[in-house]
Amino acid sequence: MTVTIYSMAAIALFVLGLYGLWWQPHLLRKLVSLNIASAGAFLLMVALAFRGGDPDPVPHALVLTGIVISVSATAFAVVLAARRYRETGAVELDDPEERP
Amino acid sequence: MTGWTLGPEAGLVGFPALGAVVLAITAARGRRLVVGLTLAATLVALVMTLTRLLSVGAYEQDIGGWGAPLGIGWRIDGFAVLMLGLSVAVGIAVSIYSLAYFGDEPGDRRRALFFWPLWFFLWSALHGLFLSRDLFNWYVTLELSGLAAVALIALSGRADALTGSLRYLLLALAASLLYLLGVVVLYSATGSLDLAQVAARLTPGPVALAAILLITAGLVVKSALFPAHFWLPSAHASAPSPVSAVLSALVVKGGFYILARTMTGLWPAAVADGVLLGLGWLGGAAVLWGSLLAIRQQHLKLVIAYSTVAQLGYLFMAFPFWMEGVGEQVASRAWAGAAYQAVSHGLAKAALFLAAGVLIHARGRDDLDALRGLGAHLPVTATAMALAGISLMGIPPGAGFLPKWMMMTAAIQEGRILPIVVLITGGLLAVGYLFRIFRRLLAADDVVLAHPPPRILELAALGLAILSIVTGLSSLPILSLLRIGAPEGFAAYLESVP
Amino acid sequence: MIPDTLIPLAVLLTSFITGIAILLLGEDRVRLRTALNLTGAVLKLVLVMLMLWGVFQGHAYQTRIPFLPGMDLVLRADGMTILFASLSAVLWLLTTIYAIGYLEGAPHRRRFFAYFSFCVTATMGVSLAGNLVTFFLFYEVLTLTTYPLVVHRGTEKSMKAGAVYLAYTLGGSALVLVGMLWLYAIAGPFDFTETGVLGDLFAENRIALTVIFFLLMLGFGVKAALFPFHAWLPAAMVAPAPVSALLHAVAVVKAGAFGMVRVVYDVYGITVCDEEALLPAFMVLAAITILYGSLRALAQDDFKKRLAFSTVSQVSYILLGIAMFGPMGTIGGLVHLVHQGIMKITMFFCAGNVAETLHLHKISELKGVGRRLPLTMGAFTVAALGMIGVPPLAGFISKWHLGLGAIESGHPWILAVLVASSLLNAAYFLPILRTVWFDQPDSPWPAPEGGRRLEASWWLLVPPLATAVLTILVGLLGGSVISPIHWAYLIVGREY
Repeated sequence: MTVTIYSMAAIALFVLGLYGLWWQPHLLRKLVSLNIASAGAFLLMVALAFRGGDPDPVPHALVLTGIVISVSATAFAVVLAARRYRETGAVELDDPEERP
Repeated sequence: MTGWTLGPEAGLVGFPALGAVVLAITAARGRRLVVGLTLAATLVALVMTLTRLLSVGAYEQDIGGWGAPLGIGWRIDGFAVLMLGLSVAVGIAVSIYSLAYFGDEPGDRRRALFFWPLWFFLWSALHGLFLSRDLFNWYVTLELSGLAAVALIALSGRADALTGSLRYLLLALAASLLYLLGVVVLYSATGSLDLAQVAARLTPGPVALAAILLITAGLVVKSALFPAHFWLPSAHASAPSPVSAVLSALVVKGGFYILARTMTGLWPAAVADGVLLGLGWLGGAAVLWGSLLAIRQQHLKLVIAYSTVAQLGYLFMAFPFWMEGVGEQVASRAWAGAAYQAVSHGLAKAALFLAAGVLIHARGRDDLDALRGLGAHLPVTATAMALAGISLMGIPPGAGFLPKWMMMTAAIQEGRILPIVVLITGGLLAVGYLFRIFRRLLAADDVVLAHPPPRILELAALGLAILSIVTGLSSLPILSLLRIGAPEGFAAYLESVP
Repeated sequence: MIPDTLIPLAVLLTSFITGIAILLLGEDRVRLRTALNLTGAVLKLVLVMLMLWGVFQGHAYQTRIPFLPGMDLVLRADGMTILFASLSAVLWLLTTIYAIGYLEGAPHRRRFFAYFSFCVTATMGVSLAGNLVTFFLFYEVLTLTTYPLVVHRGTEKSMKAGAVYLAYTLGGSALVLVGMLWLYAIAGPFDFTETGVLGDLFAENRIALTVIFFLLMLGFGVKAALFPFHAWLPAAMVAPAPVSALLHAVAVVKAGAFGMVRVVYDVYGITVCDEEALLPAFMVLAAITILYGSLRALAQDDFKKRLAFSTVSQVSYILLGIAMFGPMGTIGGLVHLVHQGIMKITMFFCAGNVAETLHLHKISELKGVGRRLPLTMGAFTVAALGMIGVPPLAGFISKWHLGLGAIESGHPWILAVLVASSLLNAAYFLPILRTVWFDQPDSPWPAPEGGRRLEASWWLLVPPLATAVLTILVGLLGGSVISPIHWAYLIVGREY
């Protein structure tokens, strides 16, 4: 039961995140959305690790790896977005105002 | 297993990684020496891996004695070594090219400072990807190579490059999440991440279907298959030319490689068949759409980048032949064809991007009309482009002819007409977009070169182009390599190789 | 001595290595390049003659290289090979000499001569190909290596011609590719075999093999400038004269015609083709092309364009000959492969000389040119009379055998086509001769440059004179071992 609730919540987060990533124009919002989606994926992994008795350690290890990657990727994306803002003044990916 | 067990294949991952670290620390001092040593060591590792493969057959290797799911388990077979061979060949040419490509201007020096560690890091991650045999390690190597690639695209710091790299980064991360989610679903259903174990425990049903859709969707975005190709042209065209070469020749092949591995034996036929057919359709659409867009581009690197979209389509056109009920002869032909296409496209496309880099360097701009009359000034580069072009057009003796031939014979044996129509139309369209380049090179216009390019740039491009022709004439050794450890049900065609 | 298995490869390498060496040399190394060119051409000729003698004595020359599982690249010399290869080897030598003179001082000669060599390598490959896939490989290489030659001048006009050329020839190749693929699916890998390889298979796959036959023949027909696929050939006239010679006589249209010969005789077998009534359609198509090309030629005032349409017409004599079932028709068609090449190349050399020395391109401008360029125009006259079919010149031999074949195979209407075509030949060639020899020039011709005694440089004069002499000799010496007609008889003896 608990597993189901967590799983549903995880999938909801994931879908919400992907939706935001696609539809939010602002780059920072896109990044936040992406992190929400990652949180959904990680939550699902943790939830599925519980299958009665002792939790399976493998998904936990995977989640740790995933979080490390997610954090560094986010940091990197922020740097790129900031650099791009300095170069062009644009905050959206397909900014029509973007200076050449 | 206990203790350290390291085979020669570890060098393929280790030496580039070591090179990356050393170059990050030492910066520009002794760069040539470090690069040279790294290239030589990686090449030796490849040769030793190949030797070992030839003597013992396909083998598995758990790094440090830790197997799946938490450790790193490698499988070395013909397909892996073939892709590694492609990667090493392209990598060596690109590295030699890059030593001369980044010049002495302050901007160039700064870029070189970042380029070398990132590139060797990417190289190492790719080799890890080709060697891995479990789903989670593929996730990790995909992410590592993806992040390095994004950084390399952004290297120039120009606005278009930053936009291209950001779009690529966001999509790549989303794609990885889809993949990761699929892997999690698989793990919860089977309790394993190892390909063989998952395959043994997976039963058809909604869980398997969800997993295959998630994993495939993620990999489709990663390998820029139509209609998820839209990130590729801006990213590949705005990167520095040696980076474009690596991205188009190697990085997009990562997604294909994992798909090809998972689609040959991981999934129950009941869920896989529809996906395989869908991938085939998308591949065919990619060939036509990518080629048509390539014909409409006005910039050299965009033409080549859209050509990549088209050429990747051929890889996926092989997938429907792996459906249940298709004879082993046909399936194995298509499988060998796809692997061959990965190699032939990699060599030719890398040569084309490197040559494009020479032309753009020489002229200082990259619109197509800037190429007019350049052939007379840079005959070696023009020759490299012509040879690579022959391969991309699928005209013998270019290497691109062989995969098309294998797929067409497979199609005709299955009585499928559509793939043949697409394969031939795709070839003719490739003639269309490539001759837009060639005819300008041959034009009689008098031009003055902005910067005469260093000779070594031209030779690196020519080397790869010649290799792409050599590959077109040496199918038997390559196919017999592919035979070693070919997946079950995909060897019949290769058995006939002497 | 070179072992028999390596001679075919050596024939290819003589020009391939020449091409590579020329690419590596600088643009200004004229003397060395000339020496290389001539050495390559002479060596190739010697090797081909060696093979000719060997094949005559029953030697088998074969090089076999694995290409794909179950599929080899085969180079080997049989009677047909010799016919085509010796034509190309002789004419390549002469065209090289001519091109050296023609392009003296022109830009991009390195590129020109390198691709020229590659082009001839491909042609030799086509003639030596021992199976369909090898043939296709060299056929495609030929298309690609000719492109830089066609667009050599680099002007917008030549670029357009190049695009037309590619569109037509690669479209044709696509047809050939489909046909070949399908054929391999039905018949498996096979080598060219005299009297054909299909045998009983045909009855089992009648519809498929009929479609394949048309795919292959029409695909090759594009390069042979068969109506309605001929438009690329007149367009390609913007290329320099030696390239036109190459396209019309030595390589490209000949490769297309040779492809059709191979399909009919060495894949399907002439008997199967006849029994299954595959040929009449092509006989009609050939007849249409012959008349159509001649009619279009009549209307051209541009010298090279008239020659081009004449080629459209003349090359279809080859198809006409092979589409008739019967030894005489075959002999006429095969021998015309050689004869047309010799005569047409003479004409292009002459047209080139007129353009190069006097800068004239239209027939109406040629009034009295014969007095200024007597040797050139003498050669042209011999070739034109040969084309018309005046005995004992080359064209007469072809037409005589074709006529005999028409009667032998029971198609007397072909005779009418031959007569009509000869009249049309006369109608478009004789006015040229009249203008050249008997009309008064509008103004006196400028004297040869630098006070030379000759009308043009040696390089430009020797080739047309040599081919004009050949036009006479192949007719007069029909009985000797190395005459084309003798070889045509030899081949026909093996095909029927």
